[in-house]
Amino acid sequence: MIEILPLFILLPLLGFVLSLLIPAKSENWLSRIAFTITGTHFFLIVGFIIYWLFHSYPTLNIKELVLFKTPTYEFFIDFYFDKVSAVYLFVGAFLTFLVTLYSRDYLHREPGYKRFFNTILLFYTGYVLTVFSGNLETLFIGWEILGVTSFLLIAFYRDRYLPVKNAVKVFSVYRIGDVGLILAMWMSHHLFHENITFLKLNNAEMVNEHFQSHSFIGVFIAMMILMAACVKSAQLPFSSWLPRAMEGPTPSSAIFYGSLSVHIGVFLLLRTFPFWEHQYSVRILFGLIGLSTSIVATFIARVQSSVKTQIAYSSIAQIGLIFIEVSFGLNDLALYHFAGNAFLRTYQLLVSPSVVAYKIREQFYHFVPRKQTLEDSFPKRIEYSFYILSLKEWNLDTFMYKYYWNPFKWAGNRLSFLSFNKALYLFVPAYLLALITSFYQDDIPVYIHHYLAEIFALIGLLMVLKAFTERRQTFLSWFLVIFNHFWVALAISFNEHFGWKETVFYLGGITIAGTLGFIILRRMKKLEGNIDLDSFHGHVLKHPKMALFMLIACLGVSGFPITPTFIGEDLIFSHIHENQIVLAVMASFSFIVDGIALIRIYARVFLGPHLKSPEDAPYRSS
Amino acid sequence: MKKEHGSFNEFDVLHQIKHYLPAQAPLKDFIHHNTLHAFQHLNFFEACRLANSSFGYKTSLSLKEYRQLYSEGKINPEIIKACINRRKGEENLSVWLNKMIEKEYHSLTLPKIGSVRKNWKKFYRIDLDSLVFPILFRTLCSYLDQGISIWNFPVHHKGFLSSLREMEKNSFVSLFKTERAKNLLLSSTCSIHSLLELLVGKEELYEDYLYDQQFAHQGWSGMVSSIEDNPNGLLDHKKISLHDLIVFELLLEIDVLDNHFTDIWAPLGSRIKTEHEPLMKPIMETEFHKVLRLWQEAYEWSFYDEVLRGIQTNPLTISSPSKKSFQGLFCIDDRECSIRRHLELHDSNCETFGTPGFFNVEFYFKPEHGKFYDKVCPAPMTPKFLVKEIGGKGQGDTDANFHKQTNSLFFGWFISQTLGPWSAFKLFLNIFMPRMSPATASSFKHMHHKSELSIESSNPPQFEHGMQIGFGIDDMVQRVEGLLKSIGLQNNFAQLVYVVGHGSSSVNNPYYSAYDCGACSGRPGGVNARVFCYMANHKEVRKRLAERGVHIPEETIFIGALQDTATDEIAFYDEDKLGENYLQQHLQNKKTFAQALDNNAKERSRRLVTTDSSGSAALVHERIKRRVVSLFEPRPELNHATNALCIIGRRGLSKGLFLDRRAFMNSYDYATDPDGKYLLNILKPAAPVCGGINLEYYFSRVDNQKLGAGTKLPHNVMGLFGLANGADGDLRPGLPIQMIEVHDPLRLLMIVEHFPEVILNSLSQSPETYEWFKNDWIKLVAVHPENRNLYYFEKGEFHPYQTIHSETQLLENAENLFENNIENLPVYQLKGLMV
Repeated sequence: MIEILPLFILLPLLGFVLSLLIPAKSENWLSRIAFTITGTHFFLIVGFIIYWLFHSYPTLNIKELVLFKTPTYEFFIDFYFDKVSAVYLFVGAFLTFLVTLYSRDYLHREPGYKRFFNTILLFYTGYVLTVFSGNLETLFIGWEILGVTSFLLIAFYRDRYLPVKNAVKVFSVYRIGDVGLILAMWMSHHLFHENITFLKLNNAEMVNEHFQSHSFIGVFIAMMILMAACVKSAQLPFSSWLPRAMEGPTPSSAIFYGSLSVHIGVFLLLRTFPFWEHQYSVRILFGLIGLSTSIVATFIARVQSSVKTQIAYSSIAQIGLIFIEVSFGLNDLALYHFAGNAFLRTYQLLVSPSVVAYKIREQFYHFVPRKQTLEDSFPKRIEYSFYILSLKEWNLDTFMYKYYWNPFKWAGNRLSFLSFNKALYLFVPAYLLALITSFYQDDIPVYIHHYLAEIFALIGLLMVLKAFTERRQTFLSWFLVIFNHFWVALAISFNEHFGWKETVFYLGGITIAGTLGFIILRRMKKLEGNIDLDSFHGHVLKHPKMALFMLIACLGVSGFPITPTFIGEDLIFSHIHENQIVLAVMASFSFIVDGIALIRIYARVFLGPHLKSPEDAPYRSS
Repeated sequence: MKKEHGSFNEFDVLHQIKHYLPAQAPLKDFIHHNTLHAFQHLNFFEACRLANSSFGYKTSLSLKEYRQLYSEGKINPEIIKACINRRKGEENLSVWLNKMIEKEYHSLTLPKIGSVRKNWKKFYRIDLDSLVFPILFRTLCSYLDQGISIWNFPVHHKGFLSSLREMEKNSFVSLFKTERAKNLLLSSTCSIHSLLELLVGKEELYEDYLYDQQFAHQGWSGMVSSIEDNPNGLLDHKKISLHDLIVFELLLEIDVLDNHFTDIWAPLGSRIKTEHEPLMKPIMETEFHKVLRLWQEAYEWSFYDEVLRGIQTNPLTISSPSKKSFQGLFCIDDRECSIRRHLELHDSNCETFGTPGFFNVEFYFKPEHGKFYDKVCPAPMTPKFLVKEIGGKGQGDTDANFHKQTNSLFFGWFISQTLGPWSAFKLFLNIFMPRMSPATASSFKHMHHKSELSIESSNPPQFEHGMQIGFGIDDMVQRVEGLLKSIGLQNNFAQLVYVVGHGSSSVNNPYYSAYDCGACSGRPGGVNARVFCYMANHKEVRKRLAERGVHIPEETIFIGALQDTATDEIAFYDEDKLGENYLQQHLQNKKTFAQALDNNAKERSRRLVTTDSSGSAALVHERIKRRVVSLFEPRPELNHATNALCIIGRRGLSKGLFLDRRAFMNSYDYATDPDGKYLLNILKPAAPVCGGINLEYYFSRVDNQKLGAGTKLPHNVMGLFGLANGADGDLRPGLPIQMIEVHDPLRLLMIVEHFPEVILNSLSQSPETYEWFKNDWIKLVAVHPENRNLYYFEKGEFHPYQTIHSETQLLENAENLFENNIENLPVYQLKGLMV
């Protein structure tokens, strides 16, 4: 039965590709493909799970495809199937099938009909891939797909300001989770000296043995996994992104933020359970985060006066409880709780427009002027304080600004003196110099050599910070983002000699995608004149094809699994030693900012209200 | 106390702003109105120009769209010529034709609104809106919330600002980030003027600053203003005013600026050096405006002319059937236009009438167990009567999924484990087998079918909340007489007279009350129908009516009914009180209704792409019913979309015509009303109701982003009173795109069958009604009742009109038409209704 596993991933992928080929006008064919594929998939999965149950539900593992191999390093796709996969798969397939059916009529006549089904199918591919993944690398591919499709669905109404702004915001929070995973992969390379599969993690003796000698590394990995899970499942302190993600059509909010996407964090915890099972301090931390999230989110949910944000915060609170259940090792309960919560929230979001008719009617017959709530029994000062605090979402959104975006902005703004020419005169010779140094690095004194890698990585980081805050010069921003990768590659080459093949893998994709992006930007500049980064331009209205290619270019540069850069990134990290925390931090910061800067360029140039036709543009506040 | 501060008069400015803000009431009372009501004192085109230049609203289709319509043949070339001739003279025909069809215009002018406040970004590089709005909207929504939040706003009885003050005074946490704003709030002297002094500093900019600020989120400001003026719009009353909103917003702005700049910042006015242009400065009509105007008129007359031609050629002598199977009184509503036609087609012996659907009985309705009173008459009226339901069932079924406890922590834990899987099952069922659920807003639930009503007052009358319970005999006589005389039904009653109110069912539709009867303040009209029937069946009432010239024979009986315009179902009330000898005829008529409703459903299905129109009418009807209760269907019906006409006259004027559900129809017989007394009574509500509906559709269609609500699909219900996109958006007044996408933006053409001088005389007696016509917000045509000559009204006078369209086509079988067309259909002469 193991041979069938890849089929489950290929089927939605096939649906995605087919849906791309169909003209936007034929709603019927688009929806038919979507629900045939998801429907077939659902029934296959049900059949498979039943078959699997009757064959004493073994844990399945298949090493599917080796993508890259050197004597010390192997990047391979691995599939895995067990109880956790079964539940996630069933819930995911069921809800996706229902939601595609639901959306068939619901989205009728919506201008983005095709885009919607493309994105849903791609999302589903990513979801299935994540759920089937047998190692962190495979999981990461699925994870990235989920991130990008999230961005696309939040910004579904791309001609309005708020959806685009929130999409960029959510994407940049997701980026923290991505880095968590990358660092976890990095450290586990060093811990296990291979791309370890989840199957092997089940071998408690083996895992324990590794921990004996490297207890810090074990904690580090667990913390990174936890961070990734907290981001994706909107736990503290990242919770405030979830209500802001409710910008797309209601069914997409239901399936993403009500059910499937937010529970992926829990999935990650369950999947890596054997890894931290015996790290009790980490488990206590899991539990505490879950506990504090569920309390805070409940307070916030109680004061929410809009239907969708209330559901969002209630869902976060339940996921907090699931975290606690996982930390206690009650994995079966957690799985059941996940399924129940996912179903409930999806349904609640889908019927949320009915709430007006229902509640007004209920109120008409049962109105009580002012219901006493628990909080009314608090002392007045406490009551008001908690109310205002909850109204302000416990400052969670401000927190993200203060400790996440603003420091990056601040650092980038210090570099505002760099104009295009200055940057050119500064960085190009510097890079050449550095390149020359790298050829003669054996002649460099050891104590200098030691720092060079970090210095170069820092220069790379500064470049992306500048790119991230640049307001005028789009090209400068674009070049800096690309150059960043070259600096990182150079920095790592000081660390260890790695072959030209690896360099090609890493920089090849970036160069191609970078050139593509440059061509598009130049063409846009010629056609439209203004493409600066000071405001959203909304050029997608007139240039949808260019926008699509630009998106692909941005994804290519940012290491999305469509170019070999994706593997290269993992590869690069494998060359950072486990004691080079500074280098790892800088490389991962570059990686975060790099992604945000890229999506910012894409969003500013192509998304938002069309600046050139203000008479048709929606209000900024709408 | 109001103080005079130089040029800025706070009271006047706020009053003016309130006038221009969207006037949409909270969701439970969706009432259509002219979106640009504040401009109604101006001529339509002038108003459109001004609204465009000051507020940036799009007020007509774009030139490209008009040209597109022309190339699709939807604007008639002959009419274009006629329009140019009328406006510009025949000698300029070719010049203007060229301008309309060929010439390129570059017309982009930026609106004046926002021009003061945008300087924050320009000079201070700060995005004030994105820092202020989230917390402002959140606080407003929580304060006004009607029952979504579990933990309500802790202080509520004092008014918005005082409540905030009370909370700020007694809290460790503040809504503000800095001290100064908080202290300003706590010192109760902070006035709008003093805050503007801090923020703006230049008095001549104050007024426009406030306009900029409030129109940057006109949804919220409009809602606050509407609740301030009509606190009953919310079941859970909230005290709030635009003044409070503005003060709070100004404080938040100061707070954000204090927080952003560590230093003292100079007021905005100090940086603005350029000469300031007043917001409402009228602008000249340019050639581009003239071209747009010609296009709009040509577009409208292309349709008007076709209709007028049809009416003119419609045979003059359609008399009412001699032996009547029944008579039916329907609402004036454009959706009733087709059901009346189908009834008449199916049963040539029936006769139908149209009148506003509250049937001239205005009252509050209180269902059994209800805690509130529902107004069931046109919105501007304030009834003195109360009708109570006895023996109703209250709320009916409930759904645990809507329960607030699902969102609590511990109960939520339990719920998600139990109710969770159950929701999955329910969702599955609704997608594969949609059916009625507690989530559905059903018109038939408004009043329980088998309940009794307290229609007649006791002696002496009882009062509740200052309202008299039930009507006295005199009140009844007056109302029945008023209605029957206005529609010209004083003799020749059939044995059975059906009085049919209408409502609409839908699910997942926050606009549900916009689909119900507009003449009943957005409620189903079934109660009114029953109340009217009771009165008309009353022996004492009939006796007195006879004295006043209305002779209802003893054997005539009135039967109330409610028709659902979405499901095309009908319920008759008090059938069990019918005597034996009526029953057979009634059953026969019920079959007629059933068949007509099937046909009506089939006709409606032609515009609903996701419902298959092929097959028998009964089959299509089943599909329509299923559609209405489907969660995933954002268009339960199309409501008033495509409305463009209002016909006031005898049924014979339009009986033989296929008008494609585009006409409001009010029955009226000029012969019984030679001096136009009843006509005035008809026009007075018809102009604001039909005109309001028409113009709301018009403006939501031409500018769906700014004057409409955009697409419905991402809408998020805010506090049960409004809708916004996502979590932090402004409220979206107006109609969503799903309601207006098939609508053609034409002004209403009111066709009145009477002598022009009588119409003019009637109109001149009511200045506020006359304004609609004088300023061209509604177009008016008089049909001479004796020879069907036509006269159009312009600039205060009637002018003779010659139709341009040739023959009206004859339609034999509409069935095919319904299966294969989704576009507007031309006016046809119906073969089945020819004499």
